[in-house]
Amino acid sequence: MLNLNNLVPSKKQLSWIKSFVFLFCLIPVLRLFYLGLQDNLSANPIEFIERSTGFWTLLILLVTLSLTPIRLLAGIAWQIQLRRMLGLFMFFYACLHISVYLWLDYSFVWADITKDIIKHPRILVGFAAFVLTIPLAITSNNAMMKLLRQRWKQLHQLVYFIAILGVIHFWWLVKKDIREPLLFALILAALLGIRIYYKILAKQRRVK
Amino acid sequence: MIIKSKPDIIPSEITPKEVFDNRREFIRKAGLGLITGIAATASLLENPLKAATLNDKSIIIKPPGAHPKIAGYAKTIYGAGEKLTPYEDISTYNNYYEFGTDKNEPALNSKLFKARPWTISIEGEVKKNKTISIDDIYKLAPLEERIYRMRCVEGWSMVIPWIGLPLAQLIKWAEPNANAKYVEFISLADTQQMPGQNLQVLDWPYTEGLRLDEAMHPLSIMAVGLYGEQLPNQNGAPMRLVTPWKYGFKGVKGIVKIRFTEKMPLTSWMKAGPSEYGFYANVNPLVEHPRWTQSSERRIGGSLFSGRIKTQMFNGYAEQVGQLYAGLDLRKNF
Repeated sequence: MLNLNNLVPSKKQLSWIKSFVFLFCLIPVLRLFYLGLQDNLSANPIEFIERSTGFWTLLILLVTLSLTPIRLLAGIAWQIQLRRMLGLFMFFYACLHISVYLWLDYSFVWADITKDIIKHPRILVGFAAFVLTIPLAITSNNAMMKLLRQRWKQLHQLVYFIAILGVIHFWWLVKKDIREPLLFALILAALLGIRIYYKILAKQRRVK
Repeated sequence: MIIKSKPDIIPSEITPKEVFDNRREFIRKAGLGLITGIAATASLLENPLKAATLNDKSIIIKPPGAHPKIAGYAKTIYGAGEKLTPYEDISTYNNYYEFGTDKNEPALNSKLFKARPWTISIEGEVKKNKTISIDDIYKLAPLEERIYRMRCVEGWSMVIPWIGLPLAQLIKWAEPNANAKYVEFISLADTQQMPGQNLQVLDWPYTEGLRLDEAMHPLSIMAVGLYGEQLPNQNGAPMRLVTPWKYGFKGVKGIVKIRFTEKMPLTSWMKAGPSEYGFYANVNPLVEHPRWTQSSERRIGGSLFSGRIKTQMFNGYAEQVGQLYAGLDLRKNF
């Protein structure tokens, strides 16, 4: 039988994979510049950029959250080494997303922004998700990992909560056609469900 | 005595040679598979991505001049000094769920829609039921150009040079009886021509309504054209409602039936979200919507740095329509 554990990329291969993922993650932002230069960002370019960056934030977050389920299901673990880069790219797109909102959409008019956040649950949830992402980005380096030790793990479990908030933020944006946010929600539910299942399994083994 | 030590590796755990050799191949394939998967998911999912491929203007936009010209309409004073939203934006950024829920979909999916021949039936609280063809609608009253602001509940707005006739003229012709207090407008239901209706996002056919005095107000028009030409399909051909002091979703498109009623009709959006969409749907910066800011709006056609503009009470038509709502609690009757 094929043993996936033997199929571990060498150091060199891994660095290639990393470079490739890095470049792949840049495509969405480069594409926006390209479309912008062509004047092809639709009749409402700001909404277009907001939705695009939001979409990629969520998608990259889901990809990041899929690395552990792949380990649990397939027994391969090398892909975990991509986690930090993917997580930081998610933060990168989240920063773009909120910058467009604050700058292009609301021209930094703080009175209007505050009102928008307070009055609209959708914005509040998205804003909360972004704020919670900041400590994770700050503590994503090795030094912080060493410094925080066990608490680092606890802190970074916040990502599950952030992902749930992110999907709700998308869901509440949509008026009636919920197919897309529903797909995101189902994927997230599966990714979290797999984790919970294996946790329960491990507990049962310990009891035996 | 010879002690046989157990081998470190049991034979079944040894990687077969062919698998070992295939390692690079597998990684390559797995990597490719992963990337293709993500790319496919992404392109399926992302609206803007779809929009980018489909937005190629040469494919979807019939430029001004491509639709039949409307002869002999009168210019009016409405909208003097307003900067018109480009035709291209008006005809590619549409909420017309019968043709899809993305803004660019109506322009694409309505290309084969047949807006002629077209008949509108009049029923309900009227002297007698009748029908009228779209060509006769054109002759019912002199057509006028009305440059109106249009404010969408989603927080964006346009300035559109409609061509149409006062709705009051059509209503006079329809002869409602004394019981008629409301007018209900019903769109076409046709899943063949309107692919978006295959998805039950709204209770089809799309219906909207007005109080009779709102419908009789001089600002209310039945639009049959824009920019001097017949309406593009995605903008509601052959005839749609325009009430500029109300949110855009009141502007029911592709009307086939007008029904006069004694009771307030239940509209599609009221059924879809009673806490979000009311019967009146008057533009009101003081009544917030749970999703979108109503105190300011983005005017379509500006640059990335144009900023938002303040939304005005009744979309700036308060002087004309304010008295219609004297004594009505606009917070409750949103």
